[in-house]
Amino acid sequence: MTESRTCPSCGAPAPGESNFCEECGTSLAAPGATADAPPAAALDQAGEASPISDLGSGPISRATSMNHSAAEPAQESTPRPCLSCGGVIGPDLYCEQCGVKALSARDHFREQAAPWVAGVCDKGIRHHRNEDAMAMMASPDGGAADRRAVLVVLDGVSNTDDSQIGSLAGAKSARAVLAVPFPDGLGTPESRLAAVTQVLTNAVKAAQADVVAAATPGSPHPASATFSAAVLEGDVVSYANVGDSRSYWLPDGSAGVQLSVDDSAAQAMIAEGMSRVEAESSPQAHAITKWLGVDSEDHTPMVGQLQITEPGWLLVCSDGLWNYASEPKQLTDQMLAAGTVDPAALALTLTEFANACGGQDNITTVFARIPGPVSVHNAEQTPTTKEHPHG
Amino acid sequence: MAEFAATVYQNEFLPDGGTDVNAIVTITCTGAGTAGQSGSGAAGEIIIVDTSGSMGRETMEAAKDAAQAALAEIVDGTRFAVIAGTDGATLAYPDVQSGPALAVMNDMTREDASQAISRFHASGGTAIGAWLDLAGSVFASVPEVTQRHAILLTDGENGEAAGRLDASIQRATGYFQCDCRGAGTDWKVEELRRVAQALLGTIDILPSPAEMPEDFRAMMQTSMARGVANAQLRVWSPQGAQVLFVRQVAPTVEDLSDRRVEVNALTGAYPTGAWGDETRDYHVAVRLAAKAVGQEQLAARVQLAIGDDVSAQGLVKATWSNDSELTAKIDTQVAHYTGQVELASMIQEGLAAKAAGDDATATTKLGRAVQLAAESGNAEATTRLRKVVDVDDEKEGTVRLKRTIDKADEMALDTASTKTTRIKK
Repeated sequence: MTESRTCPSCGAPAPGESNFCEECGTSLAAPGATADAPPAAALDQAGEASPISDLGSGPISRATSMNHSAAEPAQESTPRPCLSCGGVIGPDLYCEQCGVKALSARDHFREQAAPWVAGVCDKGIRHHRNEDAMAMMASPDGGAADRRAVLVVLDGVSNTDDSQIGSLAGAKSARAVLAVPFPDGLGTPESRLAAVTQVLTNAVKAAQADVVAAATPGSPHPASATFSAAVLEGDVVSYANVGDSRSYWLPDGSAGVQLSVDDSAAQAMIAEGMSRVEAESSPQAHAITKWLGVDSEDHTPMVGQLQITEPGWLLVCSDGLWNYASEPKQLTDQMLAAGTVDPAALALTLTEFANACGGQDNITTVFARIPGPVSVHNAEQTPTTKEHPHG
Repeated sequence: MAEFAATVYQNEFLPDGGTDVNAIVTITCTGAGTAGQSGSGAAGEIIIVDTSGSMGRETMEAAKDAAQAALAEIVDGTRFAVIAGTDGATLAYPDVQSGPALAVMNDMTREDASQAISRFHASGGTAIGAWLDLAGSVFASVPEVTQRHAILLTDGENGEAAGRLDASIQRATGYFQCDCRGAGTDWKVEELRRVAQALLGTIDILPSPAEMPEDFRAMMQTSMARGVANAQLRVWSPQGAQVLFVRQVAPTVEDLSDRRVEVNALTGAYPTGAWGDETRDYHVAVRLAAKAVGQEQLAARVQLAIGDDVSAQGLVKATWSNDSELTAKIDTQVAHYTGQVELASMIQEGLAAKAAGDDATATTKLGRAVQLAAESGNAEATTRLRKVVDVDDEKEGTVRLKRTIDKADEMALDTASTKTTRIKK
């Protein structure tokens, strides 16, 4: 493939060597793929390649996965209206009404997997491109006993090459791995957790493979990314992270908790007794100690589970958001101020909040609105939280 | 087929809270072709020669030679006419019994027109308004003529009642272009400049009769090389923004702001007249509502449009930054042309003060002009200024008015005041 090509999704020119579109991150591996096909095809490919393909078929309907596919950033065939004023975007990519620069489909995209699960991935203000990525899927009804949702966020590390490609591909691959229900293991809580940990670890590995694949050979700054995922199955949230993208459980009626534990210098300082505020404002606070990428020595995720006992919000986000609201209380204050129970509107409001605070980094916010526990029988069986640093 | 290209020179970085964006947009036309032959309508040329009694014998003969030299440059097939101007206006060619008309240029009509010109004799007064009005109705006699250009030569001050000339200028504005020339030193620069500026033409002084034929030849050659009949400069600015001004800054300074015609709520069009292979620079200034540091937006789309077709577009941007190294810089093109605009007004205001007997103001303003001309390397302006003032210190702009000034030199300084130099790149 040495002839010059264009991205089948967004039409941007694609140099002969690249595997992904530099503009929108769409895979260029199958030049014949139509703009309608890639996400479903990607799911299938990843599914076939996955070691978990024999673990049973899940409740995720085809229609649901098509729904979130329809919201893929790469799917837009007509230019969307200006995000600031709703005006028409001109051929020069500036709004014809207010003059705001149109963000590419990669620099700002929104997804809604179901009425109760939605997210916004945004460039922020200061960075030149959006290296964050998200992927999600959800069963149609957030109140159903067989509800299931997958929320994935990858934060491509800036100052590296092609992280925006690796992060998006990685998020989609991780979602594909997490698309099917977790195995039961041998039925005991311990073996269930071990099985869940294995699947989450596989999701990290799939994302890792994409981030590595996105790296330009010989690059002194190869693509790298963080990873954070949360999966709700019934009343149990299973989560995993590598680096400093986070998951939070923010119940309506009690104090929220940060589920994930950062692999960061700040977290190490907190572990040594420094206050969170002090640690997170130190110069080295954002240095991460684990990441995905060619130069990743250890990307074993920190895995945990949580039993849902009341209505609330599951949030997976990048540091572009939590930089401005690290404590669960700070987040819930902003969420209450937003005054909405629509996850799409809430994700957008928090993105605007982070941008209003300076938008120093890419901002990704994925919410699942959980109306409350749907089962009572297993509340005794499963501890409310448990962590299993696997490896 | 003519092609246009637009290049934007600006510092897009604004400080926190900054609102004003300045840019120089350079528009270059190539492949313009020949007037009337590029598919944009037929071309018409009218030569208007002052035949009033004030024209001395030598000037009258030179004017005839000049008009004939211009005729020789009119491309065959072009519609044309010759007007003799006195207290009224006479259609000297084509020789028709009644009403206005345009002839089609060929060897025969050129010869006939030449004969008609040679029969000019000086008598009567000067009525520039009437001349322009006749030119307008002559052009209107042939509707397929869409590219209309006239050359006007006069040697005297307009003798019409107050307001008559302005009314005629207004009627002609946007209908035909007119290059104006003053012979000798008995005409009024300010008067002829009003005509030339409104009718998108040039103005110059021809102090000695010997220069006339060559100047007319060149003027007509330039006009015949304008294969693009008519174009507009369009400026789009975002909702809520304010266009502070739109100026042509090269080859001459012309403030276009008041000529804005609304295309839509956010876009104004400014007439540019016909184009040959040439480059013109425009200074566009827009005031925006300040945005957060780090945000970027478009401040203006500057377009060259022919009819409704946009042939070239330059994007003027704004990016807010708190890096003072970025925001403090003034673009060199913007700075240069800001200086050239000031130079033009210093010359005009200085000469006006001198004419009013206010030598102190004249000395200050012309001194500043000397300083600006030197700083920007405008050698032509420096040469002209030095014929009017003695320079003590060019850098400081200290000058003295010369005791005796050749009136032609003073008028040449005035007519050329709007000519700018381009920056050395």
